[in-house]
Amino acid sequence: MRIVEGPELSFPQEKAPAPVADPAHKAASCRVYRVMIRFENVTKVYDQNARPALDSVSLEIDRGEFAFLVGASGSGKSTFLRLVLKEDRATSGIVYVAGQNVANISSWRVPRLRRGIGVVFQDFRLLPQKNVFANVAFAMQVIGKSRSVIRDTVPEVLKTVGLEGKERRMPHELSGGEQQRVAIARAVVNRPGILLADEPTGNLDPTTSMGIMGVLDKINQNGTTVVMATHDDDIVNEMRKRVVELKNGKVIRDEARALYTSMIPVVGQSRRLKDASGRDDAADTNPPQPDRSPRSGEDQL
Amino acid sequence: MRLQFILGEIGSGLRRNLSMVVSVILVTFVSLTFVGAAGMLQLQINQMKGYWYDKVQVAIFLCGDGSTAAGCATGPVTPEQQENLRTLLESPAVSQYINDFQFESKEDAYKHFKEQFSNSPIVDSVTPDQLPASFRINMKDPEKYQIISETFASQPGVETVIDQRQVLERLFSVMNAASLVAVSIAGVMTVCAILLIATTIRLSAFSRRRETGIMRLVGASKIVIQLPFILEGVIAAVIGAALASGTLWAVAHFFLGEFMSKQYPDTAFISPAQTLLLAPALIGLGVVLAGTSSLLTLRRYLRV
Repeated sequence: MRIVEGPELSFPQEKAPAPVADPAHKAASCRVYRVMIRFENVTKVYDQNARPALDSVSLEIDRGEFAFLVGASGSGKSTFLRLVLKEDRATSGIVYVAGQNVANISSWRVPRLRRGIGVVFQDFRLLPQKNVFANVAFAMQVIGKSRSVIRDTVPEVLKTVGLEGKERRMPHELSGGEQQRVAIARAVVNRPGILLADEPTGNLDPTTSMGIMGVLDKINQNGTTVVMATHDDDIVNEMRKRVVELKNGKVIRDEARALYTSMIPVVGQSRRLKDASGRDDAADTNPPQPDRSPRSGEDQL
Repeated sequence: MRLQFILGEIGSGLRRNLSMVVSVILVTFVSLTFVGAAGMLQLQINQMKGYWYDKVQVAIFLCGDGSTAAGCATGPVTPEQQENLRTLLESPAVSQYINDFQFESKEDAYKHFKEQFSNSPIVDSVTPDQLPASFRINMKDPEKYQIISETFASQPGVETVIDQRQVLERLFSVMNAASLVAVSIAGVMTVCAILLIATTIRLSAFSRRRETGIMRLVGASKIVIQLPFILEGVIAAVIGAALASGTLWAVAHFFLGEFMSKQYPDTAFISPAQTLLLAPALIGLGVVLAGTSSLLTLRRYLRV
């Protein structure tokens, strides 16, 4: 049983696109990659008779980027996240995570891949019989971190997510927003290079959701790549980050600093009407310049 | 740290699943007790066979000091009588029926007796003089025992001619049948134990699916995730095996040692120490049983 206490994200590397040396991360053993997640014509078919969950998706998410994955239920958002985690195997196409083709990761090395990825869910998934500290510490214990490292790291992370002084609370004594903060703390306590969030605000009210987004933004500012699947248009519109929209397993939009719905008017787009806030009007009058056109499979190769 | 964590997980798993764990312990206990009982019967058979059983079929006991048989009217066997018997055994009339024969002196007899009855207090009250010397004959055809018997029974200096096999064979066939029954019951109980361990591990994995899900996501290795479950089953099985070993020891000590050996002082019984030789085998069997059945269960019910 080897205890791995490596640098921030030390994925084992093999054939990989364009490694870029980053002086900010001078962990000698760790080459740093500009592209954290890269999908090349990825198709995922669960059921031969149904349409694919993902249909020839090509996409790159850079180191340190914050990207929203939007789309209706069944559009392939969760499948995307599962493929990054190697929970599922792509039917065709290649998924690279931190420069490594996940199809080439043997099953006994999958845990190392997952140590480089934090995950947050809509339903928090805390352990009800453990207190806040223990819930976060659990993520470190199971990968064999020493007790002293845990003692030092956990309070620090809890401070980052704004839960100082609540270490001894039990999950049922916390509000939904606080529980999600614990879940985020647990996801990032091992300092993963990527944070995947699957509708993290799905169970929270708008105000609390914005608080959570603040936490995610802070984590992103610290250099973690964040990919968040969401339905929450308010949040997307507020954050003005990259938006990748999926529909029926295809990327139909990929814009930087975008809104939940497309700038390009689409027939039947009643959704934006309900968003009658001033900032949305401002967005209308001053649309952001998309610096990233929707990508096709070819221009990535 | 990791060891401590795994131990903690095992502890909480055992506590949460206590009734199932107790039933696993009991089922392995019963099944391994039957396995052990079969083993004990075989040990007992070996014990009773003594030194000569597998080597010869017929024993010609010579007259000793206290012999009362008709052929011993002249007192203990003389060297001449002994030499006559040896000549007779070597004569063509007899030697055509036998492979070979050996002479067991009083001292040899005492030595073998001590070995066989080492667990019995009787050994202290016996002296070499009380044991008869004998010719031990290995027959070409054990069925021809009558010929030897008729030829030698009336010879001077011969106390008796017996076919030891015929005496013991009946008893052994009963004991072999009993150990077969024990093994069959043990087989059924072992199937029970395997299924029960599988069910327990399944329940345990189900009741802790949250933890294992999180462990998977944060990149815990397969060993860290699965080991607590496997060890839970193994610990329960080892406790069951230890109980079974203890039971066998108690049977050897109290039933055979204190009761049977007083009822049948002329029978060599196995010692409690000998049954403890079965303990490692039983514990090993328990570990293999629990280990394999929980591994197979986890492969199906705990995705890593």
